[in-house]
Amino acid sequence: MLDAAQAEILWLSLQVALTAVACSLPLALAAAWFLARSRRRGRMVLDALVHLPLVLPPVVTGYLLLVALGRNSPLGGWLDATFGLTFAFHWTGAALAGAVMGFPLMVRPIRLSLEAIDTRVEDAAATLGASPIWVRATVTLPLALPGIIAGMVLAFARALGEFGATITFAANIPGETRTLPLAIYSFIQVPGGEAQAAQLIAISVAVSLAALVASELIARRVKRLRGAG
Amino acid sequence: MLSLDVEHRIGDFDLAYALDSRERVTGLFGPSGAGKSTLLRIVAGLITPRRGRIEIAGRCVFDSDRGIRVPAHRRRIGYVFQQARLFPHLNVARNLRYGAWFARARPAAARFDRVVDMLDIGALLDRRVAGLSGGEAQRVAIGRALLANPAMLLLDEPLASLDAARKAEVLPYIERLSRESEVPIVFVSHQLDEMLRLANRHVVALRDGRVVFSGESAAFLARPDLLGPEHARDAGTLLRAEIRGTAAHGLSALDCEGQPLFVPRLDQAPGGRVHLHVRARDVMLARSRPEDISALNVLAGRVDAIAQDGDQAVEVTLAIGNQRLAARITRYSAERLALAEGEPLYAVIKSLALAEQAWARLGGL
Repeated sequence: MLDAAQAEILWLSLQVALTAVACSLPLALAAAWFLARSRRRGRMVLDALVHLPLVLPPVVTGYLLLVALGRNSPLGGWLDATFGLTFAFHWTGAALAGAVMGFPLMVRPIRLSLEAIDTRVEDAAATLGASPIWVRATVTLPLALPGIIAGMVLAFARALGEFGATITFAANIPGETRTLPLAIYSFIQVPGGEAQAAQLIAISVAVSLAALVASELIARRVKRLRGAG
Repeated sequence: MLSLDVEHRIGDFDLAYALDSRERVTGLFGPSGAGKSTLLRIVAGLITPRRGRIEIAGRCVFDSDRGIRVPAHRRRIGYVFQQARLFPHLNVARNLRYGAWFARARPAAARFDRVVDMLDIGALLDRRVAGLSGGEAQRVAIGRALLANPAMLLLDEPLASLDAARKAEVLPYIERLSRESEVPIVFVSHQLDEMLRLANRHVVALRDGRVVFSGESAAFLARPDLLGPEHARDAGTLLRAEIRGTAAHGLSALDCEGQPLFVPRLDQAPGGRVHLHVRARDVMLARSRPEDISALNVLAGRVDAIAQDGDQAVEVTLAIGNQRLAARITRYSAERLALAEGEPLYAVIKSLALAEQAWARLGGL
């Protein structure tokens, strides 16, 4: 059903989006934790920073990423030299762009679910012998799971659909950074590419729907486990 | 069992607690807002006081001078909160076993079964927490705390969030716990009868973040000033008596210092000992043994002490065998009877006056 080129585009898109979600999840958990639980001064600043990609034009975000992490920038050069990590014009760059753009969408539901947790239940766990780390692992995280899943799905969808920041930061290189939206855009630019674009659009819709359904199923299962249903 | 001397400050509220209870069951009594829960949270390690020292069952868990601060999860405190605070994502059995994950010595299966039996929660084990009634949830919470193998059990008004029917359902289990469990217990309540039933030895009274009384419950009951306006009328005596058997008309026959007492039936076997809470204002006094009177209980004794209490009232303490019984009568009555210390006197107590009152079983403490 899919030809080789389409399969490559789909596979690359999934790889980019999943990498973006996987890599930003720990950071999103930390940021959501800080925003939900900490009473320190830095909360407002972090809150603004987290939400910045949501309000900035994606092209601006992409450009800033290029300035910060391009090969010629000090940070980008250091990452390349030390870890062999290159972002600009590389699929990892597309993943990073997706991660940055999806970050606020991932943090928000996690933060809300953390805020909804009755911290007195965590106190109860502590009196039962659970150290703070165990309380997080056995009480807080399981209770925040619906929010974490929602955040991951939103971030995945955002990363999958990322266009502006990706094309600015990672460019539109076939087989490297040409994800579904970039491919669709490219086909539309070419005379007679509408049929190809339509097929990719269909794939795009299917993947998004699949992600939504999957998250709904997981959420239901969590709810049933919780006995709330 | 519990000894502490701590100072803390929450907002503008200064708290200073000092108490030392050697009894297995300690009652913590005080009106809402007296700082009872705060004291428990300090004991459990959920709040770190500014300074002081806390010793639980012989182990120092906090000492600001020596820099000791054992965190909550290492204090081995079984804390039963006002609301059950069960883990909503775990079923009942997993809630019960939660503490065992962290206990150094895993409780034996027999202990699990014993606790489940005692609390009657065997049928709930596979249930989800969300489906439990308030009383069931509270029983599970008690079991969860017990199965963590605690060095001390803190019961923070475990009945307060329950309606009367649920309360009646849970109370017997807590009573059983206070009699049978070897774990020292601190029981918190703002209800006097509840507290006397469960913690009939040592009472700690709190008011405005201070300990205003710490000592025997009998001595506490004699202090209307400490009972607070809500409970001042309950001032009186705890009378020890032994159950002789059931009598006709739904009564139980008791023996108090060789004299018979009749109270509404107690569900306890003959030979069991109970504490009867006798309100001083419910006791009538007579020079001679009254005949043709509806009250069933007439105890012969001697006047031990007479104390003026305000303008109108007199508190008369009777010696009945080895026990003391307080009676509160008007000054006018006292003058009419021409009471004098050492003289024989009869105390008259209606059986029904003992009906709604606190009585506590004395197990093999």
